Amino acid sequence: MATTYFTSDHEWLRVEGGIATVGITDYAQEQLGDLVFVELPETGKKLAKGDTAVVVESVKAASDVYAPVDGEITEANGTLSSDPSLVNSAATGAGWLWKMKLADESQLAGLMDEAAYKAHIA
Amino acid sequence: MTGDDDKHLPLEDIHRAAGARFGAFAGWSMPLTYPAGVMKEHLHTREGAGLFDISHMKLFEVSGPEAVALLNRACPLDAGALEISQSKLTFFLGEKGGILDDLIVTRLGDTRFMVVANAGNAVADEKHLRGLATGFDAKVEPLDRVFLAIQGPEAWAALSRAGIETGSLLFMHGVEPRKDWFMSRSGYTGEDGFEIGLPEADARDLVAKLLEDERVLWIGLAARDSLRLEAGLCLHGQDITPETDPAAAALMWAIPKEIRASGTFIGADALRAAVERGPARKRVGLKPEGRQPVRAGAALFDADGKPAGHVTSGGFGPSAGHPVAMGYVSTSLAKPGTRVFADVRGTKIPVEISSLPFTPHRYRKG
Repeated sequence: MATTYFTSDHEWLRVEGGIATVGITDYAQEQLGDLVFVELPETGKKLAKGDTAVVVESVKAASDVYAPVDGEITEANGTLSSDPSLVNSAATGAGWLWKMKLADESQLAGLMDEAAYKAHIA
Repeated sequence: MTGDDDKHLPLEDIHRAAGARFGAFAGWSMPLTYPAGVMKEHLHTREGAGLFDISHMKLFEVSGPEAVALLNRACPLDAGALEISQSKLTFFLGEKGGILDDLIVTRLGDTRFMVVANAGNAVADEKHLRGLATGFDAKVEPLDRVFLAIQGPEAWAALSRAGIETGSLLFMHGVEPRKDWFMSRSGYTGEDGFEIGLPEADARDLVAKLLEDERVLWIGLAARDSLRLEAGLCLHGQDITPETDPAAAALMWAIPKEIRASGTFIGADALRAAVERGPARKRVGLKPEGRQPVRAGAALFDADGKPAGHVTSGGFGPSAGHPVAMGYVSTSLAKPGTRVFADVRGTKIPVEISSLPFTPHRYRKG
């Protein structure tokens, strides 16, 4: 069964079988405003926690999205190339950004659950 | 984010009630977006009527027997040649010809003018103009006004419904329709529209009436920026600065020919020399290929990888449907259609030199 985690940088991770699907939260997409471009990572790219994984661009500004844990990119959400607004309309669903194979599952222990994240943004 | 030192708009409570998200700009806490979001706000302005609070900008009244002479000294302008109610884009230039600020000057009467200055330069502008005024029989009076812009094809109709007839007022003309009001047919979106300076109490009434009209929507600073960028209009501090002169900025059209030749405005000699030499770099429109925006600060390179200039404003053009930008390139590369490359986080994005504006101006010129 998938477990969902959150970071203080307003990302969510849905982890299942050692693979995390990562996106930004609804709160984050609201702060960013209408997205017009998502710079996606290449499959196979190895990231350490805190590395820039994706750059999301709104009308006004570019913002980095960081790797929340160590791992290797297994897939990027190619749909966003033609429709970046999916991140706004479905941040926690069809607007996911990338999938990564976790290098160290123990890092997940440092992340928040949904209740903790809700308290974080309250 | 806004800091504690930022100035607050007189109508801030109305913006808060409308759900505005605020941010700091030029020392002011300004509405950046409203719940509709920048994309809808931008498109709405081009299709209906967008209402902007631009009270961060400053109105000055310049009056007195030597008001014309003062303005002719302060700006590359023939103030005496302006007809009553005629407006003109002009500048304060430094001794070296650099643009200290861009301004709109409107002739209100034989010896009275309205000067509209940018927020970020308002304090320096006032000091500059007051300093110059000591040598003339003229007075500089900063006005305490709320300043609203209503822009878009339905702007005139929305004003009419609110009881403000704009009738025969044409683009780049301004009048005083009521006591302590100043209304000009102008704006910074490329659309037909109006800017109205008025006392706060009157502004509250007008805003309430305008917002009863479903054609009218509050528009934040984020959309104001994308609208003016699509329209090819410069933001002082980014696209024009004290380090750029009107020749490099491709704004010589704002300076009358006779004034270029014989004007005695501050910076005249330097500007004449700059025109004589020809600018080494020029402001141009930039159209990035693909979907990825190219933003202010990005370095530009020619096809051989040599430095070619830089981007001064850039983002996405919601009406254009593609990224839009402007910047400066070496004059040899300034021809529309020329391909240069922008460095975006280490990737070279092909960018085409493009004529401005990206979206056609729809001013009411007559």
